[in-house]
Amino acid sequence: MEEIIISVVQRTLVAGTPLLLGTVGEIISERSGILNLGVEGVMAVGAVTAFIVTHHTGNPWLGLCASILAGMLISIIHAFASVSLQSNQVVSGLALTMLGLGLAGLLGKPYVGKPLAIKINAMPIPFLSDIPIVGPVLFNQSPFFYLAILLAVGVWFMLEHTLLGIRIRSAGENPKATETQGVNVSLIRYLSVIAAGGFSAMAGAHLSISYSKSWIEGMTAGRGWIVIALTIFALWNPLRAVVGAFLFGGIFVLQYMLQPMGISPNVLAMLPYLATLLVLLVGGLRDSRRLNAPAMLAEPYRRGER
Amino acid sequence: MLHVNVSDREQISALGTFLILVLALATGMVAIGLLFIASGVNPFFAFKKIFSGSFGSLYGFKETITKAIPLMLIGGGLALVFKAKFWNIGAESQLLMGAIFGTWVGLNWGPALPSVVIVPLMFLAGFIGGAFWGLIPAVLKLRFSINEVISTLMLNYICAEFLTLLIVGPWKSPKKFGFPYTDDLPDSAILSLLPGSRIHTATLILAVVAVVVLTIVIYKTRFGYEVRVIGENPDAAKYAGIDFSRTTMLIMVISGGMAGLAGVGEVAGIHHYLSYPDSISSGYGFTAIIVAWLAKLNPIYVIFSAIFFAGILVGGDAIQISLGLPAATVAVFNGTLLIFLIMGDFFTKNKVRILLGERA
Repeated sequence: MEEIIISVVQRTLVAGTPLLLGTVGEIISERSGILNLGVEGVMAVGAVTAFIVTHHTGNPWLGLCASILAGMLISIIHAFASVSLQSNQVVSGLALTMLGLGLAGLLGKPYVGKPLAIKINAMPIPFLSDIPIVGPVLFNQSPFFYLAILLAVGVWFMLEHTLLGIRIRSAGENPKATETQGVNVSLIRYLSVIAAGGFSAMAGAHLSISYSKSWIEGMTAGRGWIVIALTIFALWNPLRAVVGAFLFGGIFVLQYMLQPMGISPNVLAMLPYLATLLVLLVGGLRDSRRLNAPAMLAEPYRRGER
Repeated sequence: MLHVNVSDREQISALGTFLILVLALATGMVAIGLLFIASGVNPFFAFKKIFSGSFGSLYGFKETITKAIPLMLIGGGLALVFKAKFWNIGAESQLLMGAIFGTWVGLNWGPALPSVVIVPLMFLAGFIGGAFWGLIPAVLKLRFSINEVISTLMLNYICAEFLTLLIVGPWKSPKKFGFPYTDDLPDSAILSLLPGSRIHTATLILAVVAVVVLTIVIYKTRFGYEVRVIGENPDAAKYAGIDFSRTTMLIMVISGGMAGLAGVGEVAGIHHYLSYPDSISSGYGFTAIIVAWLAKLNPIYVIFSAIFFAGILVGGDAIQISLGLPAATVAVFNGTLLIFLIMGDFFTKNKVRILLGERA
């Protein structure tokens, strides 16, 4: 029994890791005022880049770095469209997702069905991993898990307690006032969107070089969209995102646990998406939008506008 | 010193708008050409293949029109909801729901009824199915302020699983050698084709009539005016006493319903039975987003932009076969063109001058 619980919790944390990474990135972007619907596409680009680089170099860490770089680069498109050109952020984000999914499919085609020889494996932390129950659950995980937690806490600290964080938040709340304080709102927003791209790509890399070790088209399976829902659920707070992401990780694991009970696999496959709607429903009941949403989210800002 | 001066454009001629669109598409094509080069494909050869595959032969053109039918229906409906800034990304599953409803009617009532009765009934059922599935995100947004982008996408995944559930389970035909397909529709429920093509005429006529009517509704009626005001200035809409809830629900009924009609057309005109979601719709719900955008959200122009993007779909199939490129190539095409289209919008809205000399 104990072993089963350990295994379930462990797998929950693994499944929640990419969601957490993506959500933390999206929080940065949305806090700066830019809605980024490109997550799903950037995740796919991150996954395929990590896979290809790892495949050729045999070094998954190099794969991870390349993936982050690729995610940041492709996100410049959305930053340029939504910040410099004041385009509609919904459409621009969708376009980025289409492009990202397409590029990933195109680039990844030759690698379908060729699993990696090496992947990023669990990395037990000395001493801590020996603690009963808690040890194997929390301290014998993929480095992506540690990274996700550290980044969530780090980004929370950055947003709440540093000058940069104040600037990001005020760019999303009141860009005009921020600009009069001598802050370059456009630059802040560019950096936030690009950083979010890096996070999404990391989430994708986790899928292709740690969670599994193969590339399959469509392997992101809507996780990028769940991330956007989780951002709302987390009320734009990275610490709450930790809770939300692992809650959803649990739902992914639940799918596999319920399978032997004779429930249709199609019904089980609906679970994460139904849960997303449910989570937003709860959020809608307490009217989260008015509680914490960045005031100028998805509103284009033009310098010098009266 | 060189610097760029950006100012609001008060007015732009129709020709100006058109030229910017053409330029945006052309620049997009150049970008796609560069991507082709990067993946080791001669771009001129690829473009030639795409064009000859879709518009260059009678066969190709007929296929293009066939694929333009669902794009017209869905793109027209999306133009309407996008005008009100309601981001329906769920047309893909509204199409599937329409196909499910239509197929049920066709399979159950078709054998006893003549074509003239069963075909309209199937379209009606499909409209209801799509409208029902489209109404859900509208209600979720109005009642629980759930972002419609996310809810429509989640409903896409849910509906795809639901359809799969039906065809592997209760609706699975015993006559299909174990494949997860439903029975064939009875003959009376199958749409007649334009001879020598796969163009199901009934749906084509329905699509053209629908976008024409929608254009009139948007630009000539009070309802259409309300839709536009809600999109352009929701605050003004509130003060003008426009019923936001009613309008939102109504436009999603229309948009979802039109996608549902497209679903019936695909099943009754082309496939004749339900199968996996991917084969019932090759991403029409997503491509139609760009179709609507290229048409500047004017349903009448959707006719042309639907044919254009149908051509890319058909041409995309052609290069998949001749150049061995994956299906994702079409998504790259669509994404890139959409990016350049929204970038082009900037030049429609703003006057951009590159000036020599000191900044004024």
